[in-house]
Amino acid sequence: MNALEVESVWKYYGDFPALRDIKLNVEAGSTVALLGRNGAGKTTLLRILAGLSKPSKGKVRVKGADARLESTRRRIGVLGHGISLYDELSANENLLLFGRLYGLPDPARRAAEMLDRTGLDRVRDGLVREFSRGMRQRLAVARVFMHDPDLLLLDEPFTALDDRAIGVLHTLIAEIHQKGGTVVMSTHQLREALELATHVALIQRGQLAFAGERNQEMLQDTGWLYRTYGES
Amino acid sequence: MAKAERGGAGFSLQGGLQPTPQPMPALNPQLPAEPHSPSFFRQALTIAAKDLRSELRTKEALNASLAFSVVIFLLFSFAFDPGNLDIDINEFSGGLLWLAFAFAGALSLNRSFARELQNDCLDALVASPAPPGALFLGKALANFALILAVEIISLGVFAVMYNVHIQPQLGWLIVVMLMTTWAITVIGTAFSALTVNLRMRELMLPILTYPFLIPPLMAAILLTTDLLGGKPISADNMIWVRVLVAFDVIFSLLAVVFIDIVLVG
Repeated sequence: MNALEVESVWKYYGDFPALRDIKLNVEAGSTVALLGRNGAGKTTLLRILAGLSKPSKGKVRVKGADARLESTRRRIGVLGHGISLYDELSANENLLLFGRLYGLPDPARRAAEMLDRTGLDRVRDGLVREFSRGMRQRLAVARVFMHDPDLLLLDEPFTALDDRAIGVLHTLIAEIHQKGGTVVMSTHQLREALELATHVALIQRGQLAFAGERNQEMLQDTGWLYRTYGES
Repeated sequence: MAKAERGGAGFSLQGGLQPTPQPMPALNPQLPAEPHSPSFFRQALTIAAKDLRSELRTKEALNASLAFSVVIFLLFSFAFDPGNLDIDINEFSGGLLWLAFAFAGALSLNRSFARELQNDCLDALVASPAPPGALFLGKALANFALILAVEIISLGVFAVMYNVHIQPQLGWLIVVMLMTTWAITVIGTAFSALTVNLRMRELMLPILTYPFLIPPLMAAILLTTDLLGGKPISADNMIWVRVLVAFDVIFSLLAVVFIDIVLVG
């Protein structure tokens, strides 16, 4: 069974088609780099995959189930543009909140473990509003991995992260990958994404212009994909 | 290039990376058990506790609502002299109280979903397995507690400022306050979710909310005026209690059922 199936998905904003007939099947264990210029539709597609938005037409299935089902959402980890953390709560309280919402059997222990892994155990009771940018980013990464998702949806994951947070994210993605989990990430940072990716999907003006395995040509020349399949 | 194709839609990533040949380990060996589904009400209480904790740390909505309510009472006291014996304050005490409560409540309700916009927290909540109805109920419970706290303090201020005796019918007064506050909360929280992404949400929320609140506010004003005037709840005014009960039940159910459409579309 595919980890992710996108069946002829269209998304309209008013009369404007932000996504046009997107069809994708992603096998479990794949890491897909979702590429495309600004406004191509990457974030729109990721939001639909995450169940944050409904497609105007078409269907999205995660392991054969509807993306909005409670049991499906339990499997998905989403890291969007924002850190999705509450400034007025402490690091520990933020993780506990999401641990409880995801029904973890021992959210306190898992929160302690994730704080330790992201190097935030010493500031576990500090309020997020007092954190530096890098600390907030690492805590956001901890939140996403808190419930051990087997489908990760990352929207521009490296853009706002500092080096340490990128290191933590790389390690955690590698672990998910090792366990047979699936990662879909949209990015502009081609080099970083292509090194991690097993597959590449290029979106142009809401349409899928290319989808396939990542190859050596892409790694050696990051502009090759855009030149070959993209708009001139 | 292997497997790379060009064209419009319809490409597939079939034949991707094969899973590792060794048996797949458990999702996380350190987790003692599989995640379970917390009950609807447990998740609602988790959200309510989060909202209350956040609010009590900043006191943004609480202070604003309370100050606003007291200022309204103060301004009304300039409009007429509460010490004038020719004026029977009990005749319009219900209207005055609920006007202040409804306006002050809007300040708290405006913050309810707007609070989730900071750092894109709403996306994380909607993406979580918590049912949208539980998110709504949790937020409504937190708003209810905050608005009720403001109302109780304001009622004390009102009683002192206008020399109104609230003790004789206190039991029924509390019942009316609970039912009307829940009505304000349910409608306000639902429209707070609906207007959260609008630029003029502070303006839109009262415009959308108050027309819906006419029936419960009318009931509350009439009942409160009767109660503060010393008239108990009887067959004459029981119809307004029923209006409040019906409104609370119907709109609570509608909001819990349809909030998914509001949040996800």
